[in-house]
Amino acid sequence: MKSLILQTATRSLVAVLLLFSIFLLLRGHDEPGGGFIGGLVAAAAFALYAIAFDVASTRRMLGMRPQMMIAIGLAMAGGSGVISLLASRPYLEHLWYHTDIPGFGEIHLGTFLLFDIGVFLVVIGVTLLVILTLSEE
Amino acid sequence: MSHDLLVALPIVIPLATGVIALLFYDSRDSQRVISVIGSAALLLAGIALLMTARADGILVTEMGGWPPPFGINFVADLFSSLMVLMTGLIAFTVSVYSLATMDPRRESFGYYPLFHILLMGITGSFLTGDMFNLFVWFEVMLISSFVLIALGGERPQLEGAIKYVALNLISSAILLGAIGLLYGLAGTLNMADLGMKLQDVDEPWLVTTVGMLFLVSFGIKAAVFPMFFWLPASYHTPPIAVTALIAALLSKVGIYALVRAFTLIFTQETSYTHQILLVVAGLTMITGVLGAVAQYEVRKLLSFHIISQIGYMLVGLAILSPLALAGSIFYIIHNMVTKTNLFLISGVAFRLQGTYELKKLGSLYRYHPWVSSLFFVSAMALAGMPPFSGFFAKLTLVRGSLELEHYAIVAVALLTSLLTLFSMTKIWTEGYWTPSPAEEEGKLPPGVDEFPGWTRNMVAMFLPIIILASLSVGMGILAQPVISLLVETAEQLLDPSLYIESVIGDEP
Repeated sequence: MKSLILQTATRSLVAVLLLFSIFLLLRGHDEPGGGFIGGLVAAAAFALYAIAFDVASTRRMLGMRPQMMIAIGLAMAGGSGVISLLASRPYLEHLWYHTDIPGFGEIHLGTFLLFDIGVFLVVIGVTLLVILTLSEE
Repeated sequence: MSHDLLVALPIVIPLATGVIALLFYDSRDSQRVISVIGSAALLLAGIALLMTARADGILVTEMGGWPPPFGINFVADLFSSLMVLMTGLIAFTVSVYSLATMDPRRESFGYYPLFHILLMGITGSFLTGDMFNLFVWFEVMLISSFVLIALGGERPQLEGAIKYVALNLISSAILLGAIGLLYGLAGTLNMADLGMKLQDVDEPWLVTTVGMLFLVSFGIKAAVFPMFFWLPASYHTPPIAVTALIAALLSKVGIYALVRAFTLIFTQETSYTHQILLVVAGLTMITGVLGAVAQYEVRKLLSFHIISQIGYMLVGLAILSPLALAGSIFYIIHNMVTKTNLFLISGVAFRLQGTYELKKLGSLYRYHPWVSSLFFVSAMALAGMPPFSGFFAKLTLVRGSLELEHYAIVAVALLTSLLTLFSMTKIWTEGYWTPSPAEEEGKLPPGVDEFPGWTRNMVAMFLPIIILASLSVGMGILAQPVISLLVETAEQLLDPSLYIESVIGDEP
């Protein structure tokens, strides 16, 4: 079942949803949000695309297999904890880096961001692995 | 090496191995190499952990740097490190054995990543110092073992997997409820903090009630009487390498959790709770072995023996003396080694004759004397014949029980031991001595021409078996140092203040 209305709306909605998911991911740094909810929103965008168009083109848009996404996400999340081990701190303790960017203000970056991006990828990967596999059957 | 690193490694290594294997999802060959390297690294980490824990006392690390009781901490005392070391050993042997026996289809559907995530769940359960975190590791373990049992999707596999999951989910639900009650009671879930706060509560019976819920939940996981039915219904269905892995490790995690909970947290009314444990232990031993005597399928027979041996492991916990507890821990270790080995060897027999049915097996001793002698060592060790490991495990346990005059349990243990010997000789005569059905008809039995020389597959198949068999002999011959280490372990377990102090420290 192909619906022209849905397809047209989806084209613009997917972009907005993906952008919003990244906003949620970064917002989670200090405020409600984060990798998990961001990942769900991004996965919803891809799922919407799969409903409006088809699974094959969704896989093409994704660019990699969901399994690979899970692996990369897990590697990032697990690896972010290892950094503190190398600095002889407990596993998963997050290290912070503060800096001033002229004209932008102070920003603080932490290894926690890596962890959150990892979670983001794992959530997208797992959700899409389930949804795409089921809709192919 | 810093303690933070050492305690984290047994969890980080399987995670990293699983993830790297997943990154190479398309290449079976690289996954095989990664898997063996990862499990060897886990074994080395286990050795380092045990040596450091013995030299420096209990090691503690705080995940994310949050101090207890607010954060989650990981604790490696002698018992935990010993269990991690054994996990590494079993992981290494089974991952090498998998190279020769796992079929390509299962390998390319994520066998190796799952294998290592399962290991992470197991080492996580052994090391965590937080009750809720323990629940989370149980779930990691449950999910990955569920997929491992069902992987391949054969009909009996799915049937076994469903029984396995249904009963383990009930156990998880009870565990979660019990954890909720415990939190309501004590306001903390950190094990050390619980151990401290629950010592002087006004209503010890309330704590004991919650403790009984934990007993039921961990008891299902450990497959004790009367909650063991899921184990023989599901363990024989997956490929033999998976069976060996889960048989060696999963129920031991349940036993570990029981030992931890009932030496550290629920020690208010030991005369009552540990009496129950003693009765459960006796019934588990005897029903397990009676179940085994009735079986004629090797894997089912061995699965029933797991249950009866779980009983032995509980006896020491029920008696709560250093010697008896050391005997129980010896039994856990001995059982991991010999039971895994028996499964691996039945895999070899299956490879030779294509069946696990005792009535169809036969003539193995005549045509494959070396395979048979490896089986003989493990079978006699399991039955508790000297000079193998099982004898000394049993001896320590029996001596510990006699010292405190628990004559009934000693009688049950010795009777069980006799029946174990009977069912091991049953496998020996039916599978190895008597001529196989084909030979009785005047033909050669199947598999006579197998194993013509030392190929790579042969090494992968027999190296793990030889390692495990020599360990089972070695632990018997060098029983003295092993027992002294285990008595040290048991004494550490029986003095919860050591654990509590090393986690909470001197902070108010």
